[in-house]
Amino acid sequence: MNEQSNDAPVQKLPTGIGSFDVIAKGGLPENRTTLLSGTAGSGKTVFAMQFLASGIRDADQRGVFVTFEESAADIRKNMRSFGWDLAAWEKQGKLAFVDASPDPHIEIVESGGFDLGALLARMENAVRKVGATRVSVDSLGAVFSQFSDQSIVRRELFRIASALKGMGVTALLTAERTEDYGPIARFGVEEFIADNVMVLRNVLDDEIRRRTIEILKFRGTDHQKGEFPFTIVPDGGFVVIPLSAIQLKQHSSDVRISSGSRELDEMCGGGFFRDSVILISGATGTGKTLTVTQFLNGGAAVGERCLLLAFEESREQLFRNAIGWGVDFERMEREGTLRVLCDYPEVASLEDWLLTIQRTVEEFKPNRVALDSLSALERVGTMKAFREFVIGFTSFIKHQEIAGLFTSTTPSLMGGTSITEGHISTLTDSIILLRYVEMFGEMKRGITVLKMRGSIHDKRIREFTIDGKGMHLGRPFRNVTGILSGTPVHVSPADLERIWSQFDADVGERLRGSTGADVGERRRGSGERRRSP
Amino acid sequence: MVGSLFQGGSLANYVLRLFVTGTSPRAEVAVANLRRICEQELQGRYELQVIDVLEQPQLAEDEKVLATPTLIKQLPPPLRRVIGDLSDKDKVLLGLEVRPAALADSDPKPKKK
Repeated sequence: MNEQSNDAPVQKLPTGIGSFDVIAKGGLPENRTTLLSGTAGSGKTVFAMQFLASGIRDADQRGVFVTFEESAADIRKNMRSFGWDLAAWEKQGKLAFVDASPDPHIEIVESGGFDLGALLARMENAVRKVGATRVSVDSLGAVFSQFSDQSIVRRELFRIASALKGMGVTALLTAERTEDYGPIARFGVEEFIADNVMVLRNVLDDEIRRRTIEILKFRGTDHQKGEFPFTIVPDGGFVVIPLSAIQLKQHSSDVRISSGSRELDEMCGGGFFRDSVILISGATGTGKTLTVTQFLNGGAAVGERCLLLAFEESREQLFRNAIGWGVDFERMEREGTLRVLCDYPEVASLEDWLLTIQRTVEEFKPNRVALDSLSALERVGTMKAFREFVIGFTSFIKHQEIAGLFTSTTPSLMGGTSITEGHISTLTDSIILLRYVEMFGEMKRGITVLKMRGSIHDKRIREFTIDGKGMHLGRPFRNVTGILSGTPVHVSPADLERIWSQFDADVGERLRGSTGADVGERRRGSGERRRSP
Repeated sequence: MVGSLFQGGSLANYVLRLFVTGTSPRAEVAVANLRRICEQELQGRYELQVIDVLEQPQLAEDEKVLATPTLIKQLPPPLRRVIGDLSDKDKVLLGLEVRPAALADSDPKPKKK
């Protein structure tokens, strides 16, 4: 029987820890020992306890927690904040502690050779008593500090690790490391004790903390590679943000939805696609929030549920502005077609925001989500974290077949792009630019659809005006060039004609012979069109 | 269990517990070492209980014992622990806070068990 189980492929034990099983491709290798190494404060103890807690709560699998560092009493108290009533589970016989934390009141003298037989006997006893399938040991490094003879501790840890396998449990052992990028663990042997190695990191980058988990090796079985951001939240504990878990398997919808503006719909070739992500880029005051407001109004008008994530303006400001454009947010909220999540982006990390947004989406089940603005969120995290947030968010809403509209603020008034766009433009299906255009001492606004994945669209830059009813699209800027680069140049109709005819002539020269007729055709056509206004 | 340590009303002012694992050679060495030291230094003034952690893991749990062998001096206070096979007599006496010379002076009436 043993023979057979040795040959069988490694099975995975689903841990139930938020999204961890996704990056671990099923969970922790069953009946094996896994080392979880991390610096101080990286979340080792939480992970170790959650491994047991989710087993007890979700899978009726009992657990034993061996603590070398904090006392059992401290852990019981600390874990209450996650909603885990450890004392109750202990009473129900679902959880047992092996408290091996040092007692400062007891002096210990070492005289001659020893082993950790008592510890092993206690662990076996606890596993037998509760019928445990999961064991967490927190943390190995603390065992070393309790004894002066390190070579004995080293030998004994190996013995305990192999005994754990003999008990038929899936074990998680934690260990400390001194740096986030350096040796796997402090004493240099911890990683050899376990079959599998995972690393938690808690890196301070640009004054912002970033927590990640990485699976270094799973012996004999597969896992996802690289660092995955995670966060620890009060009601969910340890939650991994699985970026690569989100596969590009969303089926694409060809159903069009209204942007809330008939004219803009026309520019987009009939409206946005239902499961697309649209980026609105523009300087402050160009009409981004208006576009958002129209988008929400357009949804509510046909009975769709809309979620507004506002990070730039207060609720009151948003509602007042909407009224100014003839949209009544308050009524929409009353009717249940609108929900507004409005807060300072700084109150939480990007990982936490992603979770908050995901939960709101799952609960409210909107058809449309608008986020105003991404640039405000960009301040909260590092560039990498921000990119991960956008990837996580866009793929999440696409998966739910929700239309997403994001805004991004360009740093300069005229032209220009923001860093935000550079990082996310490939993730969006459509990009709409709003730009100021200076014309003869007057600021005009221009709009253009830069990209519209899977659809034809108006490629011209059109003027638009804003009044009490919203956005009105006007004529294209014919005789202005350089709007997008921020240096509009006015071209007189005569110059325009000369430039174009020269261009066409040059092209004609080069191509003459082979496709001469075509070029001539094009020149005639374009000349005509340009003369018409 | 604790009550049994005081049985017979002897003048046992040292109450010792020795935790060992099974009948390993190290356990036997530790027991032999401890008995010899006690006979030499604490004649008749001690109670010794040897506990096998494989048979009574709960006792090890209650006392939070990790290593075997572990010698616990329950009485007199303070609680002291010595781990190892007790081959270093001086360290054992240090751990038990027994000074051989002082012992010889202060207690002229040793009693055999």
